[in-house]
Amino acid sequence: MTDAHDNHDDTGHGGDGAPEEPIANPGLPAHTWRPTDVDPKSEKRAEIQVAALFGLSAVCTILFVVSYFTYDIGDNWSVIGGVGASTVALGATLGLALLFIGVAIIQWARKIMGDHEITELRHPAASPEEDRETTLEALKIGIEETGIARRPLIRNSALGALGLLGLPAVVLLRDLGELPGDKLEHTIWGQGGRKLTIVEDGKEKTVVVPKMRISRDAIGTPILASDLEIGDLVNAQPEVLFNPERYYVEPNEVHGHHLQVHKSKASLILLRMDPADITPGKGREDWDVQGIVAYSKICTHVGCPISLNERTTHHLLCPCHQSTFDLADSGRVVFGPAGRPLPQLPIEVDEQGYLVAQSDFTEPVGPSYWERDYDRDRFGEGD
Amino acid sequence: MKTADVASTNGTEPATQPRGAKTAGAVANWADERLGLGTAMKKQLRKVFPDHWSFMLGEIALWSFVILLLTGVFLTLFFDPSMAEVQYDGSYDPLRGVYMSRAMASTLEISFDVRGGLLMRQMHHWAAMIFIAAMMIHLLRVYFTGAFRKPREINWIIGCLLLLLGTIEGFTGYSLPDDLLSGTGVRAADGFMKASPVVGTYMSFFLFGGEFPGDQIIPRLYAMHILLIPGILLALIAAHMLLLVYHKHTQWPGPGRTEENVVGYPLLPVYMAKAGGFFFIVFGMIALLGGLFTLNPVWKFGPYDPSKVTAGSQPDWYMGWPDGLLRIIPAWETHIFGVTLSWNIMLPILVMPPLMIGVLAALPFIESWITGDKREHHLLQRPRNAPTRTAVMVALMTFYGLSWAAGGNDIIAIKMHLSINQITYFMRGAVIIGPIIAFIIARRWCISLQRHDENKLLHGYETGVLVRSPQGGYAEKHLPISEAEAYRLTARDREEVYVPDSTADASGVAAPGGKRAEITNKVRGKLSELMYADNVQKPTAEELHEAQHHSEHELHELEHQIASGPNKHGPSSDH
Repeated sequence: MTDAHDNHDDTGHGGDGAPEEPIANPGLPAHTWRPTDVDPKSEKRAEIQVAALFGLSAVCTILFVVSYFTYDIGDNWSVIGGVGASTVALGATLGLALLFIGVAIIQWARKIMGDHEITELRHPAASPEEDRETTLEALKIGIEETGIARRPLIRNSALGALGLLGLPAVVLLRDLGELPGDKLEHTIWGQGGRKLTIVEDGKEKTVVVPKMRISRDAIGTPILASDLEIGDLVNAQPEVLFNPERYYVEPNEVHGHHLQVHKSKASLILLRMDPADITPGKGREDWDVQGIVAYSKICTHVGCPISLNERTTHHLLCPCHQSTFDLADSGRVVFGPAGRPLPQLPIEVDEQGYLVAQSDFTEPVGPSYWERDYDRDRFGEGD
Repeated sequence: MKTADVASTNGTEPATQPRGAKTAGAVANWADERLGLGTAMKKQLRKVFPDHWSFMLGEIALWSFVILLLTGVFLTLFFDPSMAEVQYDGSYDPLRGVYMSRAMASTLEISFDVRGGLLMRQMHHWAAMIFIAAMMIHLLRVYFTGAFRKPREINWIIGCLLLLLGTIEGFTGYSLPDDLLSGTGVRAADGFMKASPVVGTYMSFFLFGGEFPGDQIIPRLYAMHILLIPGILLALIAAHMLLLVYHKHTQWPGPGRTEENVVGYPLLPVYMAKAGGFFFIVFGMIALLGGLFTLNPVWKFGPYDPSKVTAGSQPDWYMGWPDGLLRIIPAWETHIFGVTLSWNIMLPILVMPPLMIGVLAALPFIESWITGDKREHHLLQRPRNAPTRTAVMVALMTFYGLSWAAGGNDIIAIKMHLSINQITYFMRGAVIIGPIIAFIIARRWCISLQRHDENKLLHGYETGVLVRSPQGGYAEKHLPISEAEAYRLTARDREEVYVPDSTADASGVAAPGGKRAEITNKVRGKLSELMYADNVQKPTAEELHEAQHHSEHELHELEHQIASGPNKHGPSSDH
């Protein structure tokens, strides 16, 4: 044994193990030499292996640069596996270049670098008793010299002043956003049918905004009641999003992120079913038009748009958390985590036969929130 | 071993000082004269790190974080965190002409108009998934081996915080492209906030800068994602590493490895090379994943539209378990005094995840309170040697796994042609019963493994050699295990069940601390019993000696039978 680490053996439990220890610590096993330690040929082989791996890495790196300039992703973004030749080539060459370096270094460490295990002694995490006492003493003297214990007036006023500084930190956050107000209780459907005072030719005039037509989502065409056959399901939006002037709404108000805000509350599901299938809720007898019912598309659980319709049962399923609502029965929850029925939009037809909303939703749409007064809005008792 | 056999370059003293060493010396000298690093590095350069495959799990997390920083910096050069609306006119034809936010448009630009951009995006996302997965597996390793015990509790808590922050960091990053899938996730997050009692709607309106979705959320998430959270993560990782160095790494017990020492390879060169090499391997694997495997193809989802959703909406995997709970929670909502309490959101999202992290963080303290063990521990324990501890984590893992599976209930329903309602009802029961069953099985399993170890120790290992005696009976030949193996099996503490001091009850005098202390002690006694009472303790020297003597005798007997029996050409000829 010529290895230095073997001298450490006796510092362990080996010699002085507790008496009840069934087996004494045999101490570190002797170091065994690797082939690369004792065989110059095998050592040379390992050296060449490591150098070759580094060499391969360099080749891959060069290929990476070549691929970068060879492939133009703009034109062939889907060439290989939908990812694009450029991405695949860059990823493969970069990945291999890195892997070869990694393997080379580890091979170097395993085969060529010294492999003697060495031993280090541990020390308790705590500092030595003497140091601790000195530190505590210093702490005591320091605190005493501030006089904080003897002068409660200073201490309390200091704590009060510092504590109050939390206030600016909170107050400064106030302008992060406007206050909720009653915004969650209204949607843009309410813009139809309202009375409005406008100034035209210097004269004040009262106009009645037309009732909000229901338009097809994406294309924006208003829907005739006669367009729908039994079983048809249509994703719909208020017409104001496509034709704001008709409802005296500024175009900016239904554009960009404003549009997103409106859609996140006003999105609608229209479904035509056999009127005989419908069990209207109390006070909802005239909310449908010849079996056409309109419900909010926003799930009352956490607000996902609901999309999956089961045609035979009139059940609508939320794809996020599988809440299921019965559109033939006032949007009642038949399954899943949603706590409330889907809000129903009362609809009728206007003089041209287009479907319109009688009013806004009679309760807040979307997920529940603390201030939402459920009892006030519940159908049959609301309105 | 003759040292003369050692190959020339590995000799202890080289014939001439190599040029590299001279330069290194000069550099070290220059630095020391200015920084005085000599003293600090005196011990650190050859600091010992023990070797075991499981110690590499935390390294994966560390290296994937480094890769996240590198790829993340690249992405910030091109990403535009703005919600202003633009009409897309980049290279990806299916979306050309579509209105979207600049965030989404610049994500598409990174993917289709910046060379290597998609690679970096996908590497960033893969690295994030691996970062969180590696942290979790590392946490399990630390827990199952008892590496969280004194003095490492603070590092355990730092680790829990890292896991929590890593998850939030992942969610904020995932939301940035403003695509349909991530937007649906943000919408759900808005729902979660609104469900908070009293301040919910205010939180939502302040975070979104008004009503959902507003035009503020992406830039705000961006600030959190690239500045605030990574800054905290970096600081916590630094603290984690410093404590690791200060405590020195734990090691497995074995010949020559004790509580007082640490045996392994020196930092310079072997450990540095292995860890450094491993960095390149992790980096390389992530580059291959990023180049060859698409994930989060936002171009297929399209821009966020609050009226649209895709079927099979799933968050990133690490958000799966609260999402699963959100799916299986019954429709519990309380409407009282004009306010709404949405238990169906609060329990799975606002209560369970923080509770899970809280329970994890508390585990070391609960255990040390029950065991009363205030000693430092540097030797690891095999999971079987702490059956109750192991079973606790297995129960938590089962809860996690079932919740996670519930997060894919729609996928399970479609792939396995099952009713989604039935899966949901089943999961409601399973998340409660499953962990209990798992706890019992894991605990008993560990105890049987302990018994197996004890058998090996006392009666030797099974050779697989069957011997027939002249009477026709069969016996298996056992041979004693090696001394090193036997030492490894016995290198653990003897455990004692805590028995509350009952003298107080007998004499009628209240225990110190009064009634409350008495109850606490009783609880502690019960828990200690659960923890230790059924465990197999290692044999005493006497027992071992006796058993060895006995099996030697048996072996002798067996050999004798073989020699005199019908099967003379039996396995005894091996010896």
